[in-house]
Amino acid sequence: MAGVEIISNEGFRNDGRRPNELRKLQCKMGVFAQADGSAYIEHGNTRVLCAVYGPHEIRGSRTKALHDRVLINCQYSMATFSTGERKQRPRGDRKSTEMTMHLRETFEAAILTQLYPRSQIDIFVEVLQADGGNFAACVNAATLALIDAGIPMKDYVSACTVGFAEDQALMDVSHLEESGHNAALTLAMLPKSQHIVLLEMSSRLHLDHLRTLMEMAEKGCKDVFLVLDQAVRDHVSEATQFMNT
Amino acid sequence: MARDISSTLARAYSSAKCQKMLKSLCLIPRVHCWVLYIDILILECGGNLYDAASVAVKAALYNTKIPVVTASSTDGDKPELELSDDPYDCRRLDVLSIPCVVTISKIGYGHVVDASMEEEACCLATLITAVTADGNLTAVKKSKGGSLHPESIYEMLETCQQVGMKVHAVLMEKLREEEEHQQMAMGSQHKAKGFL
Repeated sequence: MAGVEIISNEGFRNDGRRPNELRKLQCKMGVFAQADGSAYIEHGNTRVLCAVYGPHEIRGSRTKALHDRVLINCQYSMATFSTGERKQRPRGDRKSTEMTMHLRETFEAAILTQLYPRSQIDIFVEVLQADGGNFAACVNAATLALIDAGIPMKDYVSACTVGFAEDQALMDVSHLEESGHNAALTLAMLPKSQHIVLLEMSSRLHLDHLRTLMEMAEKGCKDVFLVLDQAVRDHVSEATQFMNT
Repeated sequence: MARDISSTLARAYSSAKCQKMLKSLCLIPRVHCWVLYIDILILECGGNLYDAASVAVKAALYNTKIPVVTASSTDGDKPELELSDDPYDCRRLDVLSIPCVVTISKIGYGHVVDASMEEEACCLATLITAVTADGNLTAVKKSKGGSLHPESIYEMLETCQQVGMKVHAVLMEKLREEEEHQQMAMGSQHKAKGFL
């Protein structure tokens, strides 16, 4: 990996992007007929599916029920074929459990949980192809799926992963840029109020660079929000077209 | 249920008819061979999972490219395997002998193939059969709670055979078409059929 250069001399990254450019973001809502809400998102080569069920009665143990708010049950799963090497355990390993917990915390902050006491909302996220920024893609997909399910939220939750390599902040890192000793910061925020709901950073980063990274991440989240919002509007106008006639 | 599907498919592929394809995965007899992992991810359950899974597996096997490996025998008795330098130098698998699963459900006095969720819910019993392209049955399994008369089973097996042979023919045609499209559209932006 020593010989791999992240940014070329002309300032281009491996996939031809500039350091402050997002990958091609495409999304589709309502991909599953059976789930209450579903969405599919592509951040470049990272592909994530999300299905949302709920709000419904608590499944499993009633003791988990919260008397004043809804219980959010998340599951983060990576398909065995999502990574370069076959992934033996799709879920249940440490990374997935950690991601599951982060997803739950993120959406507990965004969903209006007091509206559905003693109920449960399930969010299932499946990573079909992992090429960097997996968690951010999951958060974005889950946002769209929750909107598709009609679950009330305070705001969209948009997420972006930024990396730091060769003294440059890189927006929306791919797997190559994320691996190695490069620092990567994942930020999930509520774009309108600019509140941060999740902040996670890995590897080592000098404090002086933190501000640059955070600002780039915030910009990334705002850009992602614009795309997500447009996708929701397109989906709704398509759906209502048939209702009006 | 996942284990059910995987064990049924494993049984279907373990018959003598499929040995040809499996033998092609051998590198050096009794020493080295390729391990082939088949992972099926079911996204949505709309009835007739076994058939859909088997068709998907056959299509994926058709699409599989295995790198060309040459065995060079060095001194002593340990042969060395050499992977070809060219990343595009690969061979395909012969999927003609791979069976497809046809599930047939008995509803009332008649039987239906490719049952939807609702039809599955009200069927008496189902027969899950694996049919090869030339009409041979490699695996049969009866499931669900009802009982079947031997005569109905014979009828259902005949229907399975006919349907299975048709499915094979149509599938192979579609796969070849898709491959041609991909090859022709190599230069231009080829949009694969996905969710978008």
